[in-house]
Amino acid sequence: MSAPSGGGASRDGYGQALLAMVDDDQIVVLEADLGKSTKSCLFRAEKPSHTFCLGIAEQNMMLVAAGLATSGYVPFASTFAIFTERAFEQVRNGIARPNIIVHICGSHGGIHTGTDGSSAQSIEDLAIYRTLPNMTVLHPSDDVSAKALTLALRHHDHPSYTRTARNKVARAYSEESAAELTIGKGHVHREGDDVAILACGVMLNEALEAADTLATQGIQATVVDMHTIKPLDETLVNELSLNCGAIVTAEDHSIIGGLGGAVAECLSANIPTPLERIGVADRFGESGDSDELLAMLGMKAVDIVKAANRAISRK
Amino acid sequence: MAKRCRRHIVKMVYDIGAGHPGGSLSAIDMLVGLYGHRLRVDPSNPDWADRDRFIMSKGHASPGVYAALHERGFITAEDMASYRRLGGACQGHVDMKWCPGVDFSAGSLGMGLSFGMGCSIAASLDGSARTSWVMLGDGELQEGQVWEAVMAANHHEIGNLKVIVDRNGIQNDDFCEVQMRVFDVAEKFIAFGWAVKEIDGHDMSAVVEAIDWADSVTEGPACIVMHTVKGKGVSFMENNPKFHGAAPTPEQYELAKEELA
Repeated sequence: MSAPSGGGASRDGYGQALLAMVDDDQIVVLEADLGKSTKSCLFRAEKPSHTFCLGIAEQNMMLVAAGLATSGYVPFASTFAIFTERAFEQVRNGIARPNIIVHICGSHGGIHTGTDGSSAQSIEDLAIYRTLPNMTVLHPSDDVSAKALTLALRHHDHPSYTRTARNKVARAYSEESAAELTIGKGHVHREGDDVAILACGVMLNEALEAADTLATQGIQATVVDMHTIKPLDETLVNELSLNCGAIVTAEDHSIIGGLGGAVAECLSANIPTPLERIGVADRFGESGDSDELLAMLGMKAVDIVKAANRAISRK
Repeated sequence: MAKRCRRHIVKMVYDIGAGHPGGSLSAIDMLVGLYGHRLRVDPSNPDWADRDRFIMSKGHASPGVYAALHERGFITAEDMASYRRLGGACQGHVDMKWCPGVDFSAGSLGMGLSFGMGCSIAASLDGSARTSWVMLGDGELQEGQVWEAVMAANHHEIGNLKVIVDRNGIQNDDFCEVQMRVFDVAEKFIAFGWAVKEIDGHDMSAVVEAIDWADSVTEGPACIVMHTVKGKGVSFMENNPKFHGAAPTPEQYELAKEELA
């Protein structure tokens, strides 16, 4: 894996996407005193007239966004992933239920957030938003793909939740490859017939590294960026279960209800296939740097390699 | 019109055997004032983009809204008869996806003022004179989100946002004084920098005057605290916590019809 300093954080991609839409007068940006962190500050600096700080008050922010959306605007509202959860019922009743097109971004998701500790490390956001009818749930891996997917939301016809990450990771995308990204379609980074590793967010890099290691063992892995958790690309999951016969999911999220949960639901309903889930195993995180935490929680590339072998042995 | 609306409210709740008559009857004079006197809306084009918005944040008072919408020509008597029934336009709580003329899907308290603020910000961005009117219950003021919105509305100096608090003194389980005192509502809004006017919410001339006063406030948000009687107009419902969310018996319904004749 290349050095993180050469990469980008997905939150930067979110900010860059907003900035790229600055001439679009239908775009409005909402913040809850974390614009510098979620990177909506980039838009604010260029277009304060269309940026609204609602203070440290996430519940209000969600419904202000809904009001704007019903009046012809396309709101992008961001705060930390964990604080969007404080307004979950507002999102449920005020946005998802009436299917009002508000785009929510929760940054600093996952234990990769690091030293802030467990209070800031959302490991359940993907799961809870995935339960809501009408919601699209995204979790891009790096800054380049986050920018492309955020831009794709401009004309998306459902409300959405996008989780971004605080820290830089090696880029898995170029501008050209990111241009191929489509909401709802997994992006295949590597093809192999022995096992399929479905990853999202910062875990895509770990999955690609794991595939390199597996190749040295004579095991060929497919690696997919499942940047869209909902709607899940079931066609691709089914295809991979037939082709590879063993699946591993990798996410910086609880193994309950997120990507692993979604894939488990899909496989059990369609083509039962050995599945191993890499993620946070039903516990909270703690302070530490990102790599230390990934290692402690069994979420490094080496753990994905072991999980792949377990899945293959269960064929 | 107000008396007709009261009859609609009681009939809707009686016919389905459930619903919220008390807070509808306390709010109805203001609803008549707004729909009859003030709101720039078009029943032939309910989604008209430049209409004024009315947001019933205490969405359980839906029979009151449906009665006013019917009188204003948005929905039919058949629609009102669908109240709380499968597939009906008149869902248990007001729902913008189901009922023409409804601007907000409510039902969970505390959200409407925030939504109205979003509508008002949009109107300002558009350079439009349209205005958002939001009705809150007094029990609803116990929701923290209301005060997030009250603070934000004055911070952003949202002059095209008007709030009406239906101060009927009763919430689901009991009197507000028993459940959670909300004290002097007007003072609270004043403390947050709002312009505030208190009125008798059953005095139609005061209602109309207050609406005009709220319209005259343009430099920031305005709040009308209307003192009302829950269940107003039906003797056995008046000031009776039991009729926050209950239907009358057949005997009670006959009495109510007589009183509202």
